[in-house]
Amino acid sequence: MSDRDTIIRVEEVTKRYGKVTAVDRVTLEIPRGEFFALLGPSGCGKTTLLRMLAGFEMPSEGKIFIDGVDVSTIPPNKRPVNMVFQSYAVFPHMTVFENVAYGLKFDNVAKADQYGRVMAALADVKLDHLAERKPDQMSGGQRQRVALARALVKKPKVLLLDEPLSALDAKLREAMRFELAELQDKIGITFVMVTHDQDEALAMACRCAVMDRGKLMQTATPSNLYEFPANKFVADFIGSVNLFEGTLEVDEPDHAIVQSEELGGRIFFDHGVSGAGGEKMWVGIRPEKIELLKREEGSTPPTPEDAPSGCNVTAGTIRQISYLGSESIYEIDLINGRRMQVSRPNLSRWDQEDFTWDDEVWLRWHGDSPVLLQS
Amino acid sequence: MQDWREDKTFFGATIALPVIWFMIFFVVPMAIVWAYSVGENVGPVDIAITGTFANYAKAFSPEVLKVMGDSVVLAFITTIICLVVAFPVALAMTFADEKQKMWLLLLVMLPFWTNLLIRTYALIAVMRTSGVINSGLEGVHGLLALTGLPMGTFEPLPLLYNKFAVVVGLVYVHLPFMVLPLYAALDRLDKSLIEASLDLGAGHLETIRRIIVPLAAPGIAAGLVITFIPALGAYLTPDLLGGPDDLMIASLIERQFKRANDWPFGAALSFILMYITLIFFAIRAFMERKGGKVGAH
Repeated sequence: MSDRDTIIRVEEVTKRYGKVTAVDRVTLEIPRGEFFALLGPSGCGKTTLLRMLAGFEMPSEGKIFIDGVDVSTIPPNKRPVNMVFQSYAVFPHMTVFENVAYGLKFDNVAKADQYGRVMAALADVKLDHLAERKPDQMSGGQRQRVALARALVKKPKVLLLDEPLSALDAKLREAMRFELAELQDKIGITFVMVTHDQDEALAMACRCAVMDRGKLMQTATPSNLYEFPANKFVADFIGSVNLFEGTLEVDEPDHAIVQSEELGGRIFFDHGVSGAGGEKMWVGIRPEKIELLKREEGSTPPTPEDAPSGCNVTAGTIRQISYLGSESIYEIDLINGRRMQVSRPNLSRWDQEDFTWDDEVWLRWHGDSPVLLQS
Repeated sequence: MQDWREDKTFFGATIALPVIWFMIFFVVPMAIVWAYSVGENVGPVDIAITGTFANYAKAFSPEVLKVMGDSVVLAFITTIICLVVAFPVALAMTFADEKQKMWLLLLVMLPFWTNLLIRTYALIAVMRTSGVINSGLEGVHGLLALTGLPMGTFEPLPLLYNKFAVVVGLVYVHLPFMVLPLYAALDRLDKSLIEASLDLGAGHLETIRRIIVPLAAPGIAAGLVITFIPALGAYLTPDLLGGPDDLMIASLIERQFKRANDWPFGAALSFILMYITLIFFAIRAFMERKGGKVGAH
């Protein structure tokens, strides 16, 4: 009943705990072999959704299909999915080998084949030399690999990962990101990961679903989430954004103009926004898409030659600078008092000194940079 | 934090009272009883401390050995029944939500706060010949007889004054001793370990056998020991619920101090009971040290 390329289908799934709705009519499809991330702030329902995929929670309404089979009421031990827990949940009374072999006991795998499969799974996570260790003699990162091998040895149709990197320190987390993505690429099993860390989701996942208060906000590739957010929540949650309230004044096929009191002027789009009606709108502009230029006393707004009419320019004063090494973030007060964030890469070793506190600046961004958001 | 033991005056002051109390009301009386155990009766009330081991030797007579053996067996059966009954209760408490947890805990603790004598007499009221159970059975028997079934005359079940009654009473009294350490051990267990086991394909019974029981082993051991020891030394319950043949060691000790007026023999029996207890503690400590390497983090 589902096409062959969809491994997970979530249909109108709702989960209620008493009066609290943790997951609110979520519909989702995950293609086979994808690295998929469920992303959202804590309490958004992403973990509940993952636990429903694993079978630890049953949906109050709706259906979940895994590989075309309705698993909505099937208990966790009968589902073709395995999970890597946030706390890893490595059995402390068993060796690494016993931990990984545990799940095979219930799959009717012959004793002779068990050894080979366990060692292969341990080799996949580079732990084959520690098979006889007890978990209490291992680091957090190693325990996570045990949890990973223990789940993968069962050859699940989907591997579920609950905040897999949250307990690791910063350096290891970075390394694990690449390793997990590589591992997924190598073994080709569908990964579904829950995380509250947008960097993690953007860096690892093919596609992400952003959730807020139980509702699915947007499902898209990382770059589409960032560059074409569906609403204010997604724009704000993924990366930084300057949001301005306004009303749509001109809506032509080749350009559009939003009048914004907050910005103190008009925002020009060099493309149509296709009849996006409604009174109130928001315009989002990413900090790195704004260019900073020095503003001399009595100078006129600079307009570039290539797009004389396709540009937005406004004036402001630098109030705060956060120097982050690779880039600097400037907090700039506009003439009307509204604050705006601009980031600027430190391309040479000296140019971070070009702008300093209380500098008068022009802020300029191209007509294709802002996004119009209706909610 | 400052180590309070560094401050000798403060540490001394706080510990002095308990130490004095412990000396006067535990160590000294125990020493006296121990001295009696190596003494002899030389008159109706006079005991001479002669250093004899005759009292201990007397404890190895067949009659006394039978009582001791019975005591160990009854206490053992009680402990096992307690474990079997308490484990699901403790497991249910672990998985109940916070509110239910409180109520279940209260239900387990409630008998604890009721006087032992009252609880025992209540049990007698339930189990005696004309008690609640037998009257109920008689009623059912009467009803069945009315339907014309050939039922014969009603014979009340002999529920009281036998070993069965003693075990029922001991289980009833000692169940909380088993539930609480089990609950403490199970509640500490990381629930994601149980979920991981289910996730990897194990059923509930497999998960209990392979994950929960091994990880709760220290709690189970604690429960076994702290149920077995008071059950072994139980006095009131076997005395009230048991028959003349169902003597347990505590009643035998009591007889020496009262009816038989043989304090030295009673003292020797008391110490034998204590030695048995210490042996079980030693076994537990030994097992813990062996298992400690596994459970350590």
